[in-house]
Amino acid sequence: MTFLIFTLMKKLLLSTFLMLLSTIISAQDTNNSIIKEQSKKDTIKPIQMQEVIVIGKKAQLSDKQSKTLTSIDDYLQKSAKVDMIKRGAYAWEPIINSMPSERTLVTIDGMRIFGACTDKMDPITSYVEVSNLSEATICSGQEGACFGSTIGGSINLKRNQNNFGNKKWNFNINSGFETNNQQKIIGTALNYTDNLFYVDTDFMLRDAENYKAGNNKEVLFSQFKKMNFSVTSGFKLSKNKLIEASLIYDKATDVGYPALPMDVSIAEAIITSLKYEYIPLNSIVTNWETKLYFNTIMHKMDDTKRPSVPIHMDMPGWSKTYGYYSKIKAKYNKNNLLVNLNSFYNKSLAEMTMYPADPNENLMFMLTWPNVVTFYNGLFIEDYYDLNCHSNIKVSASIGNHYNKIESELGLNSLQILYPEMEAQNTRFLKSFSANYNTSKNGFEFGFGAAYGERAPSITEAYGFYLFNSFENYDNIGNPNLKNETSLEGNAFVGLKKEKIKMKITSSYFHISNYIVGKPDTSLIPMTIGATGVKIYTALDYATIFNISLTSEIKFSRQLKWNSQLVYSRGKDFNNVNLPFISPISYSTSIAYSKEKLSSEIVFQGNAKHTNFGGIYGEDKTPDYAIINANFGYKFNINKSKLITKFGIENILDTYYSTYSDWNNFPRQGRNFFVNLSCSL
Amino acid sequence: MKTILKNIFTILVMVVALTSCSNDDENTNPTVNELDGLTKFKEITNTTHTIELYSHTGATVQGYNEIKLRIKNNANNQYIKNAEVTWMPIMHMAMMNHSCPKSTVEKISIDGTLYEGYIMFQMAQNTTEYWDLKIDYTIDNVDYTMTSVIDVPASAKRTVNTFTGSDGVKYLVAYVDPHHPKVAVNDLVVGVWKMQDMMTFPVVDGYTVKIDPRMPSMGNHSSPNNVNATQLTAGNLYKGKLSLTMTGYWKINLQLAKPDGTILKGEEITETVTSSSIYFEIEF
Repeated sequence: MTFLIFTLMKKLLLSTFLMLLSTIISAQDTNNSIIKEQSKKDTIKPIQMQEVIVIGKKAQLSDKQSKTLTSIDDYLQKSAKVDMIKRGAYAWEPIINSMPSERTLVTIDGMRIFGACTDKMDPITSYVEVSNLSEATICSGQEGACFGSTIGGSINLKRNQNNFGNKKWNFNINSGFETNNQQKIIGTALNYTDNLFYVDTDFMLRDAENYKAGNNKEVLFSQFKKMNFSVTSGFKLSKNKLIEASLIYDKATDVGYPALPMDVSIAEAIITSLKYEYIPLNSIVTNWETKLYFNTIMHKMDDTKRPSVPIHMDMPGWSKTYGYYSKIKAKYNKNNLLVNLNSFYNKSLAEMTMYPADPNENLMFMLTWPNVVTFYNGLFIEDYYDLNCHSNIKVSASIGNHYNKIESELGLNSLQILYPEMEAQNTRFLKSFSANYNTSKNGFEFGFGAAYGERAPSITEAYGFYLFNSFENYDNIGNPNLKNETSLEGNAFVGLKKEKIKMKITSSYFHISNYIVGKPDTSLIPMTIGATGVKIYTALDYATIFNISLTSEIKFSRQLKWNSQLVYSRGKDFNNVNLPFISPISYSTSIAYSKEKLSSEIVFQGNAKHTNFGGIYGEDKTPDYAIINANFGYKFNINKSKLITKFGIENILDTYYSTYSDWNNFPRQGRNFFVNLSCSL
Repeated sequence: MKTILKNIFTILVMVVALTSCSNDDENTNPTVNELDGLTKFKEITNTTHTIELYSHTGATVQGYNEIKLRIKNNANNQYIKNAEVTWMPIMHMAMMNHSCPKSTVEKISIDGTLYEGYIMFQMAQNTTEYWDLKIDYTIDNVDYTMTSVIDVPASAKRTVNTFTGSDGVKYLVAYVDPHHPKVAVNDLVVGVWKMQDMMTFPVVDGYTVKIDPRMPSMGNHSSPNNVNATQLTAGNLYKGKLSLTMTGYWKINLQLAKPDGTILKGEEITETVTSSSIYFEIEF
């Protein structure tokens, strides 16, 4: 078996290599004939389909943002490709191209991190803060396969990148307040830079009470408290060598999840890394970055504050990840090569302890994630090849070895109740390939691509044990015999980029085979009190997901700008049954006026009625809604200090609404006044 | 000081080893191994012999008891290897006496000294009613006997069901194994007997003990892939598979079925029927 896999891997490697070689050779051929034009072309950057959301640069949050101190989730959901599944006011789960976390890849500076919560209450995005980040890169489908396997796409959260320079201190204070949930935000950032050394520190604290939905209805258990500290320090070893160490410590306490039967008493993450960067001079290789990282997450679900629970239970989870990547960028004639060798070792463990009403009775204990090791080793190669000054081809391929092992004997025994033949270990091979053509001429952009990708089942899908899903009201049991999910993808975009008008239509189509979903097994009796039944993860023959979005930006004058976004998605399985969490038509349009130090914006945002809902997955018809937000900002310059002020009202009309992605239809926030202040000294 | 103690200890060990060797010849090692995991809970003596009774727990309790014994010759402290042993447990009640299900007593190995069997005490002793055990044994065609009271306290959890089936026969169903249940698929062993008369309780052959483990403290949920207990060979205990998905208190609801499927006793668990009239309890 291993031999077979080995030969397969060899073949794949070889074919990938040959393919790359051929592109390089062909590139050379065309290059030689038009050598004179080369210097001109070098300055042209490859056209990228990926979307970048700018959060802020360095420690200073961007004054361009309408609400500088809003959550990362809020920043991300501005993208037409990203939406958020909401279980409370905090820690929303990003979905990319209508696909939730199992099918996507979220990284922080290329680091793989895995949430420790079996109920997805702690997506990776919940362990960082806006003040840590400079931007989020959103890649659709296989274009996001650089740091591992994905189906829907990836989000890479990029941290602030300081640079060496003249000796300089920088101090920032951020503060904010929101009326709806009395959210208090306070943060500081301190940076030091000189020619050889820099250090960035950043601290942010948020404390929010229950929020109120429209019509002043209080949403119980929607409070949260979060503290985030981060430090990055770099040292220049020589002119072109840099070493950088970083640490993020994030701690959230007393986090309510109004849509779930349980809250979180504590969620704590330590995320560390050591990076070595080498920028060769006069070489084909333009940049070589290697990073070693480690992160550990502890997450404790808790129901002690709920007034009536059928049975009190604790559900703690732990996730530890060790990893590295080594990324080389090279430029050779018209090829822009990227090679990323990456690996991670993760251990995920989750327990459940139930406390019987009779205190003399023994505690009921089980493992819901049986201490599962995931060891991944992958290689990703990408090449941008400039066909001519206005078009390019991008080809990428990756292979990975995905190994799982159940470390806990109790956990293995538990799963063997259902799968007597199952073994503790499992090895999978994951491959991906993508090709894109992009062109841009006279402000007209156009591109299309095709891709193939695979992913391994998540720990919950393969090894989860009686995990209750309160949305479907089913207990879910993993299935170690699942095949890899495979995706065939086509994408295209067409855009217009003129001085006064920018428009872009982007669409993607995914045909996903062995689509993993939970399927009710009537022979099994649920464990959770009140649950409808038990679902076992199985694979549908296939499912298709189609997304199309239109974004436009029209500048009426230098000050007045009109932005619009319209998104349509459709997801069905092979029997034409709707998939869950597929957005109905959603739209947003905003008019922004900015003049010198003043900025203002009014936003109109809404969803059409959710009629193509996935009934068998617990969804129901969600009515349409529309809300209006407005904000106003002013920038003060006092001597050398700067003060950015932002005021705003969200949901001005105090609409009571819920969206398709609100867990169990719990309502969104009602009218909210906010003020954000950022001061840099 | 320490070394002196160590030396003394070594010498002691050697002395003990040598003396025991001289007593038991080359049978020392098997004798030591024989008692692995066993604890003596009773010694009964008559003029000629002493019978040592062993069990895994070092006690007897209401329910199924696996008992091992060996017979020592009082004259030379040698253990008898060629005895024929039978036993008869008797419950002395106010109005009557009765026995209980029991096995024959067999020698474990030819070279060993231990004899084994089981006794299923279907009821516990109380202040006025008690169990005693009469052991009859024959050595070299000479019959001997001895009798002693046996301590049979009530079991903490229900391990025995005594009932009259729908066919009018009085049955006894007892929990045998697992002694140490785990979160896993456990090998379940159950005994089924019937009362022929007050002194005779033969094994019932060919029936099925249907099982449905439930957790009453957690919504009375069940576990998947249990296998009902059936007999592999006549005269033996019944074997099945018991799936336990978590630790805690489990109630194993039972139904006793005849070979033709007729349920003699016990109810199926439904929304309204949360417990069968016959069941076992385990907690771990």
